Amino acid sequence: MRQQFSYSKKVLKHFKSPHNLGKIKDADGVGEVGNLACGDVMKLYIKVEDNKIIDVKFQTYGCAAAIATSSITTDLVKGKTIEEALAMTNKEVIDSLDGLPPIKIHCSLLSVDALNEAIYNYLKENNKEIPEYLKQKHERIWVLQEAENKAEK
Amino acid sequence: MKKRKVYLDYAATTPVDSRVIRAMMPYLGEYFGNSMSLHAQGIKTSQAVEKAREIMAKALNAENEEIVFTGSATESNNLALKGVAEANPDKKKIIISAIEHDCVRNSAIWLRGKGYKVVMLPVDRVGKIDFEQLKTEIDEETLLVSIIHGNNEVGTIQDIGKIGALCRERGVYFHTDASQSFGKVPIDVKKMNIDLLTASSHKIYGPKGVAILYVRDGVKINPIIHGGGHEGGLRSATVNVAAIVGMGKAVELLKNSKAQNLKIKKLRDKLIKGILETIPDCWLNGDPKERLANNVNISFERVEGESMLMELDSRGIMCSTGSACSSNSLAPSHVLLAMGLNAPEAHGSLRFSLGRWTSEAEINYVLKKLPIVVKKMRQISPFKSFDKLKIKL
Repeated sequence: MRQQFSYSKKVLKHFKSPHNLGKIKDADGVGEVGNLACGDVMKLYIKVEDNKIIDVKFQTYGCAAAIATSSITTDLVKGKTIEEALAMTNKEVIDSLDGLPPIKIHCSLLSVDALNEAIYNYLKENNKEIPEYLKQKHERIWVLQEAENKAEK
Repeated sequence: MKKRKVYLDYAATTPVDSRVIRAMMPYLGEYFGNSMSLHAQGIKTSQAVEKAREIMAKALNAENEEIVFTGSATESNNLALKGVAEANPDKKKIIISAIEHDCVRNSAIWLRGKGYKVVMLPVDRVGKIDFEQLKTEIDEETLLVSIIHGNNEVGTIQDIGKIGALCRERGVYFHTDASQSFGKVPIDVKKMNIDLLTASSHKIYGPKGVAILYVRDGVKINPIIHGGGHEGGLRSATVNVAAIVGMGKAVELLKNSKAQNLKIKKLRDKLIKGILETIPDCWLNGDPKERLANNVNISFERVEGESMLMELDSRGIMCSTGSACSSNSLAPSHVLLAMGLNAPEAHGSLRFSLGRWTSEAEINYVLKKLPIVVKKMRQISPFKSFDKLKIKL
């Protein structure tokens, strides 16, 4: 019957001084996930060169966990190939932050979704082949967000 | 340099006044007796409890026998709703407001599951119930009306005298949760026609773990905790003597609260004015005038409350938020939503609650730091404007 949660030192560090904060004006891919009703919206920008993510930035509206997971995701993904980035899981995000309170796990899923959406956007814009599972995931995220936006209205 | 600590969460709980601690100490040591015991130790402690009861009764203009000590305001509210329902099985309708504290709200919802009809009266933009609507809702079936006096989140004060008079005239019981208002707004249970009232100790510089339920003589109510028949049979359990003595002392200290509340109110208005003037895109939630002397609740556009709270905490400022992200349910404050705010507006709310030891220097410190925090969080946010979401006032 644990009552109160607390953030790890690492979460607080990333929250206080987020890495890769901001916008990439000429981004090759942009992913936006979450919705205002739930109080979390993440926008992730990637710059790709030779199939490698050479730069990444984010903007987030949300709680401390949402900001920290966005920040660590950009750290983790910088320098990775598209395939490596797509293989990233939310467990890696959580572990890199030395854990998240159970009620904040969804923030880590959201940051991985934002990354996947940015990659989807990059592949689509550049007429590259999009893996089937990424297509399906994009559909799922999109349908979910539409439904939530409708519910909010 | 020692880091400044500014506690502005007095509505969550207050520190115990040192005079209260001093009054309690003998009852943790020397006078440890069970107040039900017939020997000298028992007599000493039962006398102390009865003195506290008398202080409570006087403060509310009630009779001593009408004060029931409980373990918390949550328990008092549970007892009021469930105990009255249990003792009066003929009537099955209960009216509450849409902005009750969870302990009233969830007790009512529990009763709904037992076959009661529960009406939640809507509130307007500043959190006031519609008196005319209450009038039409009270019918033959209605057993109890329970309306919070001073709201814990937005500070709006309801006219409980008017509600009490109506309920008395219609022959229905009236309960009010005065956990936040007791000690800040004068209460006279006789004049205001109140049948049941909840007041708490840890909101008025007394210890946690003790509260009262005022039960007017003649109100039919059953206990929800059964045992040795303490507190007139309404609340069995070995009496928490030291805590009760502490609550009594805390109430005694409220004698001079008028001047203090005025001082707090001045600081409150300074904080409200300062925030609204220096930070763009924010507004005050709750009634600007009919408002608890210590409550400030402001929504900031494009920022989420929990992250603001964490940033403020790292600068030594402690407050609270109606954002979903700070709750266990991931749903924003039902109080703010009931007042017509949409989810993002509720997510962006902060509550600062002032108290006995709040100083002008502390308010100045908040006014210096808060704009920096809001600006920082807005820079992290992908939104430049919520215009399309704005509701018309």
